[in-house]
Amino acid sequence: MLTFILRRFFQTIVVIVILSYVCFGLMNLMPGDPVELMISANPRITQEDVTRLREFYGLDQPVYKRYFAWVSDISTGDLGYSRTYRIPVTEMMLPALLATFILSMASLIFSLIVAIPLGILCALKPNSKVDYAVNLFSFAGISVPSFWLGIVLIIIFAVNLGWLPAGGYQTTGMQYSSWFAEMMDKGKYLILPMVSLSIQSIGRFSRFTRSAMLEAMRNDFIRTAKAKGLSNQVVIWKHGFRNALIPLITIIAISFSSIFSGALITETLFAYPGVGRLIYSSIIGNDFNVAMVSFVISVSMVLLMSLVSDILYGVVDPRISYK
Amino acid sequence: MNPVVQVKDLETTFFLKSGPFKAVNRISYEINQGETLGIVGESGCGKSVTSFSLMKLIEKPGMVTNGEFLLNGRNILTLKDREIEDVRGGQMAMIFQEPMTALNPVLTIGYQMDEQIKKHLRLSDQDSRDRAIEMLQLVGIPSAKERYAAYPHQLSGGMRQRAMIAMALSCNPKFLIADEPTTALDVTIQAQILELFQSLQEKMNMTVQFITHDLGVISEVSDKMMVMYGGQTCEMGPTQDIINSPAHPYTAALILSRPQHGHRVERLRTIEGSVPAPHELPKGCPFANRCPNVLADCWTIKPPRLPITGKPGRTLACFNPL
Repeated sequence: MLTFILRRFFQTIVVIVILSYVCFGLMNLMPGDPVELMISANPRITQEDVTRLREFYGLDQPVYKRYFAWVSDISTGDLGYSRTYRIPVTEMMLPALLATFILSMASLIFSLIVAIPLGILCALKPNSKVDYAVNLFSFAGISVPSFWLGIVLIIIFAVNLGWLPAGGYQTTGMQYSSWFAEMMDKGKYLILPMVSLSIQSIGRFSRFTRSAMLEAMRNDFIRTAKAKGLSNQVVIWKHGFRNALIPLITIIAISFSSIFSGALITETLFAYPGVGRLIYSSIIGNDFNVAMVSFVISVSMVLLMSLVSDILYGVVDPRISYK
Repeated sequence: MNPVVQVKDLETTFFLKSGPFKAVNRISYEINQGETLGIVGESGCGKSVTSFSLMKLIEKPGMVTNGEFLLNGRNILTLKDREIEDVRGGQMAMIFQEPMTALNPVLTIGYQMDEQIKKHLRLSDQDSRDRAIEMLQLVGIPSAKERYAAYPHQLSGGMRQRAMIAMALSCNPKFLIADEPTTALDVTIQAQILELFQSLQEKMNMTVQFITHDLGVISEVSDKMMVMYGGQTCEMGPTQDIINSPAHPYTAALILSRPQHGHRVERLRTIEGSVPAPHELPKGCPFANRCPNVLADCWTIKPPRLPITGKPGRTLACFNPL
């Protein structure tokens, strides 16, 4: 087990390195470099200054050399400066990362809480009215683009009803009397982005739960469990759902990456200060250091989730052994 | 003494899109204390449906549409869900055909035994564990303590079937239904399991309903047998008596299609034709379209099951017996 985790961890690192190099190369292809930004900021700059600056920053070097320079800086913990905000990347990255993590996790948990009971309900009464209703809702959820849904939610709940804030992270200038008050206030801001981010995964998860559960309940051992005199609830959860969990874990882990990338759009829409919005603004603003780090972190997050799902497999399914 | 098991006019109907189909059509039988009834018949004749009906495990679109099943005088079929849960796995247990798929792959053997033992015998964790291990030893599983913690995939097919038997017997059932318990096993394992089965039955004085399509197995384990075809009983009586002198043409044809020991033949005998589709069953005897002895009446009138004169304990449903 431990060797498996170590091996998979090592693989993950290799993939991150390769992908970061590809990304570094792609960044390089983008029009404009930091020096051009300086030129546009200061029109009196001369051609000699430009050459000198390029040499000073190492921009005259080939891509791979600059990549190695970047990697060695990164590995010492120096993520560089944001050119747009003029503060160290670490300083702006951590709170953004935390915000995105909270949003994605909240959305993941929320969609699981809603989708799994719905899916099980459908599987236990296939082709019933409930099943058709959930099915309709699921397909609507999968089909609706989250940016459109986000706008509709803002119009209804923030503009018309005024129940929830339209965007942001917390009430500006608020002094929190306790951590509970802080959580309540931030939670209020979280609801709309979380819901608009979750609708799609609720649709997807409930469909998958339904089919995994239908499949699981068709097994012979379900009949054995009933023949042993176990109650319906035990048969459904302990024997049925426990087996349906195996295929579900894959879907959930894969979905985490799409929730994460969905957060990118949703954060922008709700002016939520997460990594998604940071990536967007840093790419638009040619803020290379921020963009690279955001990218590496996003990739790592997704790869880490697939590592977690692999490990969970072994926990959930005793037939899989890691040797 | 009253029989432990009394089944009267049991009828199970499946409401299919093509119309209702009676998988079990008014069958009746009794099994005395400590006795084994063997039920034979080919696939689709309703033998498994009969067992599931008794356990109340028939699911939509199927339904028990008539009859009663008395276990020690108590009608099981009218019990509520809660009440039947107490009977299933307790007084009445069942062993299934496929040991490969009948155990839950993600739970240990021990866990699956414990949940039944705790439910019916209301033992503590430790006592139920001891009981489970004792049962595993009883069915001849070596190093039972380690097997208790094993998952089904870590056991061979024969071991799994032993574990299934241990599980079924763990709460001292009065009545055991064995639905083709040896069909999925290879022959040597089959013999071992049958032997184990018989010795346990004697030890626990259980009443057993043993379902199989293997006449050899039936003659080994059962005191009396029932031959089923198309959801109906063809004939019933003491096992050796029926095997030696079958009265129903179907029983005779079944016995003839068995490979004979010491006789090499080009082809084994088969029964001409095939089982008719549910909606094509003749109004009269279900075997009419394949029967060599068929009469005009057989097509239209259902032969009633009557005692055979001069042969005690035997009943037969045929107008033109052998």
